Amino acid sequence: MEVSMTVNGSARSADVEPRTLLVHHLREELELTGTNVGCDTSSCGACTVHIDGRSVKSCTMLAVQAEGAAITTIEGLADTARANGSSTGEMDWHPMQEAFQQCHALQCGYCTPGMVMAATSLLGEKPNPTETEVREGLEGNLCRCTGYHNIVKAVLSTTGGAS
Amino acid sequence: MKETSGGIGTAMLRKEDPKLLTGENKFVDDIHVNGELWMGMVRCTSAHAKIVSIDTSGAEAMPGVHSVYTGKQLADMELWAAPLPCAWPVTEDMLNPPHWPVAVDTARHVGEIVAVVLADSRYQAADAVEHVVVEYDYQKAVASIAAARDSDDKAHLELDTNKAFHWELIPDPDALAAAFENPAHHVIADFTQQRLIPAAMEPRGVLAVPSPMGGEITLYSATQVPHILKVMIAATTGLPEQKLRIIAPSVGGGFGAKLNVNPDEILAVTLANRLGRAVRWTETRTEAAGSTHQGRGQLQHIEIAADENGKIQGVRAHLDADMGAYMMLITPGVPLLGSFLYTGVYDVPAFGFSCDGYFTNLTPTDAYRGAGRPEASYAIERAIDILAGKVGIGPDEIRRRNYINGGELFEDHEAASTLIFDSGHYAPNLDKALEIAKYEELKAEQARRRESGAGKQLGIGMCTYVEICGLAPSRALGGLNYGAGGWEHATVRMLPTGKVEVVSGSTPHGQGHETAWSQIIATKMGVSSDDVTVLHSDTALSPLGLDTYGSRSLAVGGVAISMAAEKVIEKAKLIAAHQFEASPDDLEFVDGSFSVKGTPAKSVHIQELGFAAFTAHDLPDGMEPNLQEQVSFDPPNFAFPFGTHVAVVEIDEVTGGVELIDYIAVDDCGVQVNPMIVEGQLHGGIVQGAAQALWEIAIYDDDGNPTNPSFMDYLVPSAAEVPFMKTDYTVTPSTSNPLGVKGAGEAGTIGSAAAVMNAVVDALSPYGVEDMDMPATPRRVWKAMQGGAS
Repeated sequence: MEVSMTVNGSARSADVEPRTLLVHHLREELELTGTNVGCDTSSCGACTVHIDGRSVKSCTMLAVQAEGAAITTIEGLADTARANGSSTGEMDWHPMQEAFQQCHALQCGYCTPGMVMAATSLLGEKPNPTETEVREGLEGNLCRCTGYHNIVKAVLSTTGGAS
Repeated sequence: MKETSGGIGTAMLRKEDPKLLTGENKFVDDIHVNGELWMGMVRCTSAHAKIVSIDTSGAEAMPGVHSVYTGKQLADMELWAAPLPCAWPVTEDMLNPPHWPVAVDTARHVGEIVAVVLADSRYQAADAVEHVVVEYDYQKAVASIAAARDSDDKAHLELDTNKAFHWELIPDPDALAAAFENPAHHVIADFTQQRLIPAAMEPRGVLAVPSPMGGEITLYSATQVPHILKVMIAATTGLPEQKLRIIAPSVGGGFGAKLNVNPDEILAVTLANRLGRAVRWTETRTEAAGSTHQGRGQLQHIEIAADENGKIQGVRAHLDADMGAYMMLITPGVPLLGSFLYTGVYDVPAFGFSCDGYFTNLTPTDAYRGAGRPEASYAIERAIDILAGKVGIGPDEIRRRNYINGGELFEDHEAASTLIFDSGHYAPNLDKALEIAKYEELKAEQARRRESGAGKQLGIGMCTYVEICGLAPSRALGGLNYGAGGWEHATVRMLPTGKVEVVSGSTPHGQGHETAWSQIIATKMGVSSDDVTVLHSDTALSPLGLDTYGSRSLAVGGVAISMAAEKVIEKAKLIAAHQFEASPDDLEFVDGSFSVKGTPAKSVHIQELGFAAFTAHDLPDGMEPNLQEQVSFDPPNFAFPFGTHVAVVEIDEVTGGVELIDYIAVDDCGVQVNPMIVEGQLHGGIVQGAAQALWEIAIYDDDGNPTNPSFMDYLVPSAAEVPFMKTDYTVTPSTSNPLGVKGAGEAGTIGSAAAVMNAVVDALSPYGVEDMDMPATPRRVWKAMQGGAS
């Protein structure tokens, strides 16, 4: 089936098997391998991307369901921030990427793209979350390295609420 | 803003982060080559079954399917020269039945591979797997350690026992017997170390790329151990070792689960070699419960004999350990890694340890974060709390009464287990933890809640652990019959333009080696850490190494780098002396610059000497060009980090729910290279250990079927289950290496399960609860509060 979507600001069309998961389409057809796959039950959130501005686990939907959608992956996040003037730091990244590095919120980095995308989406919904709201808001994203301490710290730091 | 460059002791931001934060880095599943074939594994759906027949015709006829191989066909193709390796035959007579990459006649655990599909795509391979029809003759499964020990059923039908080995360490049997003759206090306790699924966030995966004309094979694998894998693949397949190149690209966590030699790795290499096409596979999360080894799986029995004041006279421990269906790389050695630690941080005059290893029809076990040491720490730290109860003193006081050297600083202490503890200073470490925890206030709050019947009871638990890391002195490993050494290799080269290239034999999978090794070079050589690049994880770039596990990277590999840097400095000094027309003995080296003592104005920086060594126009007579040195460091002893962890839990009296509300960790890993990285390691380790105490367990039914293999049911904690942790440190330098470093990768896990369970039991003590199995689920806790069995 022909499917067209805007990914990180570019129009992308492809012929896909109807059953192709969006995450596999992004990773294997569009070669955007920053979005990872960590499970097969939509539990871990490593595959989180933004679809029309909201976080979605890209393993929970088919590529064809994203017809006409605007998708942002980790590869496009910094550009999004640059475009709206919110990018920060030496790297000129999205503030969440900057915060993750500053707070050492990643170790192996496998959950990181999904975690960053989930965190930015969370702040879109709740600009000034409490610690508990951050923890509950990221409940669908698993990390095995950090014990979440520095992830929560990083998210709170972007709202000026870091301890 | 934190530092982006710096030397030893700086909380420098990581060099690894930019590519990980932007999706630029490559994990195995991100790498593709033309013409690759996807493996799909047909896995046994029963825990124990003879294979009667396999019909591959349906699968072979499916679109995109290249071929299907059964175990029998692969055996006939003679793709391998030996079974999958076990490098640690712990006793001369250990049973080690052959473990082939694909089962030939009989499969012995759910998930064992019985046939392999090769297809053009991931989806086609998965489809074809469903169309391979296997007829089984089901056998009785041995589904637990107790069944292996007590029933007549056999995990391997051709063996007349399930017991693979008996190993013991009883340095002085007479002294041990004497200690247990009518002790004033006698603790007898049994604990279960449930099976755990390691669950690194990146599933394992492989990609083998052949070079048909040259006969070379490059294997990309999500592995912690590319160097060990290279040797073992050569030995297992018979392929010439010099034709193998192993690359561990970005690796998304390991925790021990990626240090094995796995069927898929052997299959990818041998099939790629045979077919002349690239072969790949990535496990699914649910598949991983059968395709990747698990951790723990021990029944522990521990006894403490103590005098009337609680002073320990002797400790003896016995384990029944679950090997799973086969011996993998270090399966039988895991209990031994813990054996020396059943005396904990205590002065124990007499000690004895024994272990029986049993085969079951479950996924093989092997190293998982801590590997034997969290189990040991748990047993002694739970048992000493029980001793405190018998003596009628607090958990802090019982520990103080028993610390090695009374809790004062010691160096090179010989324990009853015969190991030499490098250094320790336990009492101040405990003091600091209790102060940060506000221990007295917590106890008062606990008393208040107990009196008022507040609805949420408070539990306070502590664990004062010691661990063995820096694996390891090669001779010590030889003494334990381990099949390899424990050295680590490093190369340091000054490039012509004054930049530094470090080649690391230890192999990162999230630890931040590129950052930490740059910091060591910065301090040693007086160059900016920005001027250092670290090469690693590719056997073509880094041909010698023994990789990363057992909290060894810094204490062995980092020390090797430091020593190689010193050799570079020594050579550079000769060049500088030659340029100054001075004696090398008259030169000093400060902040990267050589100068003649007393005349600092005339100096040359070591980075300037790279070019002189490269052009070789004017070197001292007889000196070889270039500034490059290498070191294989074999540590004289292990390193023994220690610490005090305090867990605070709240238990809901209505639901039995346990909430971890505070966690205090004061660790001592010796000198720290990057405190930010150390703290991160501890955070993750603490949560992994707390997860064993509260949430995680790999459950099998009586027939050996996994009942919770996916992330839907296996409860890896999320951010919502854990609090912010309070971490602090004491610093007692190791005497085992010149940097004074110990190790921090496993410490959190080694300290936390015991601390959390001590807190749970403490909270439940008003209900008469003296022990509880892990994980302390709401159901278990609630039943215990009703006076039911735990």
